[in-house]
Amino acid sequence: MARAITPQRKALNTALAWGVGLLIFFPILWTILTSFKTEAQAISDPPVFLFFDWTLENYSVVQERSDYGRFLWNSIIIAGGSTLLGILIAVPAAWSMAFVPSKRTKDILLWMLSTKMLPAVGVLYPIYLIFIKMGLLDTKLGLVIVLMLINLPIIVWMLYTYFKEIPGEILEAARMDGAGLREEVLFILTPMAIPGIASTLLLNVILAWNEAFWTLNLTAAKAAPLTAFIASYSSPEGLFYAKLSAASTMAIAPILILGWFSQKQLVSGLTFGAVK
Amino acid sequence: MSTQPQQPAQEMALGATVPKAAAQPATADHQAGTRHARTAARLMMAPAVILLLGWMLVPLTMTLYFSFKKFLPLRGGDLGWVGFDNYVRFVSSSAFWPSVQATLVIVGGVLAITVVLGVLLAILLNQPMWGRGVVRILVIAPFFVMPTVSALVWKNMFMDPVNGLLAHVWRAFGAEPLVWLTEASTQSIILIVSWQWLPFATLILLTAIQSLDREQLEAAEMDGAPPLSRFAYITLPHLSRAITVVVLIQTIFLLSIFAEIFVTTQGAFGTKTLTYLIFQRVLESQNIGLGSAGGVYAIILANIVAIFLMRIVGKNLDA
Repeated sequence: MARAITPQRKALNTALAWGVGLLIFFPILWTILTSFKTEAQAISDPPVFLFFDWTLENYSVVQERSDYGRFLWNSIIIAGGSTLLGILIAVPAAWSMAFVPSKRTKDILLWMLSTKMLPAVGVLYPIYLIFIKMGLLDTKLGLVIVLMLINLPIIVWMLYTYFKEIPGEILEAARMDGAGLREEVLFILTPMAIPGIASTLLLNVILAWNEAFWTLNLTAAKAAPLTAFIASYSSPEGLFYAKLSAASTMAIAPILILGWFSQKQLVSGLTFGAVK
Repeated sequence: MSTQPQQPAQEMALGATVPKAAAQPATADHQAGTRHARTAARLMMAPAVILLLGWMLVPLTMTLYFSFKKFLPLRGGDLGWVGFDNYVRFVSSSAFWPSVQATLVIVGGVLAITVVLGVLLAILLNQPMWGRGVVRILVIAPFFVMPTVSALVWKNMFMDPVNGLLAHVWRAFGAEPLVWLTEASTQSIILIVSWQWLPFATLILLTAIQSLDREQLEAAEMDGAPPLSRFAYITLPHLSRAITVVVLIQTIFLLSIFAEIFVTTQGAFGTKTLTYLIFQRVLESQNIGLGSAGGVYAIILANIVAIFLMRIVGKNLDA
């Protein structure tokens, strides 16, 4: 039997939680609000919160002046491409580990996870050198490959966790009915695995979108995604709060929305199933 | 921890084969099918395994190779083998110990803040309230903000000594605004990074706390246990595993934070972490041998943490 909670207690909880929640969210809210101000209002003293002349001017200026669309396109290609490629490679691997496990399956999974622990800076120069030699520096293809590799362990793990929950009896039954391996994968497993694949896709797009070591170090002008575009605002001449806010809002908005959908999968995906 | 019963790894042959096939009369057809499935499974695993093996071994071997060389691409190139010279020079350079200190202070500070506040927030969010779903979204939102954006927003719009919001707050109380990123540089970095990682800690601890047996808490309450002892003897022990996981995963990511420093202080004012020092050696001063030796140290350090994490994750696979 659930314990009765007094309305006062619930109201107190609500006030406290909303207060803390808004405090944590405030930097994002402030950025979004500032993006609709004029530059003068953005640095006015005392600061204005809501009562200012809302304008969309910053968005059009950022768009025109900095070629925002190109950076956005690079981010989409790099985050989307690396995730799709990763899933293409990970689905068969996770499938075989979940349904035809061997004694070594656990070791292979753990070893894959260990490659994720390799600090990027430790292999910075080799990757840099390989990129120069292969003409991959400042190309979208290069980043697609690197981000695919750093997220592949997470993709394999997430898919493995989802696939393992598909009941084996269904496969057994299909096999009795004469389904071969190919039919099994195509017509039985894939439809059942689609929700798992979708959430894996979502989380990895987010991780790749926000990745800021390789994207900063391996790109220059051509293939730079939004992470590098924003970093270019850190120079003093880029110090326009309203425009900085507009650029920031545009860079994080798509992921905030995707993130909202992915919050359920976040925990098991990011802890490799250690916390469910 | 896990709610559904799972079999040990070796017996997880759900779909296929091993346990059930053995119970049935073994037909030649069935055995051939099993063998066929195993071969196919290996082939399906091969691309992922080969790629990750290459991703691990090739750069690692190159880093090890360079770490034993004097290699300055812009000043003479490959100047031959130098044994362990780079390893000795890396740790005896005047920048090394400060960087170790900065790394420990930043990682330790962020861990302390995120774990303590994360536990409190998780408990708060687990209470009955109106609009919990919305609060949850507000709390986890910073995790989705790309590191360069959060660093830049904090640096300019909050920590700027003239126009930053914190400067306004300081002045409103009649205080002299802080020049955050020079006067309190390490604390500022800790604040920014904690803001980014608090959602992660909170979300995981909240998930763990939701699996806590409510009846146990209520029984303790009826027996007259005060809230603090209920927390210390029931909630905290229940959370210990989740806290360990949070600490280990965050440590691995925090050891390699980069964008937050790159955008704010560029390693100045005592915020040059080990990762940033290696980055400067490799890409800024192009001293590859020295930077590679530093990279090997970073890899060893990360592996020490990783071993503990892997042990927990591995146990969970069997459980």
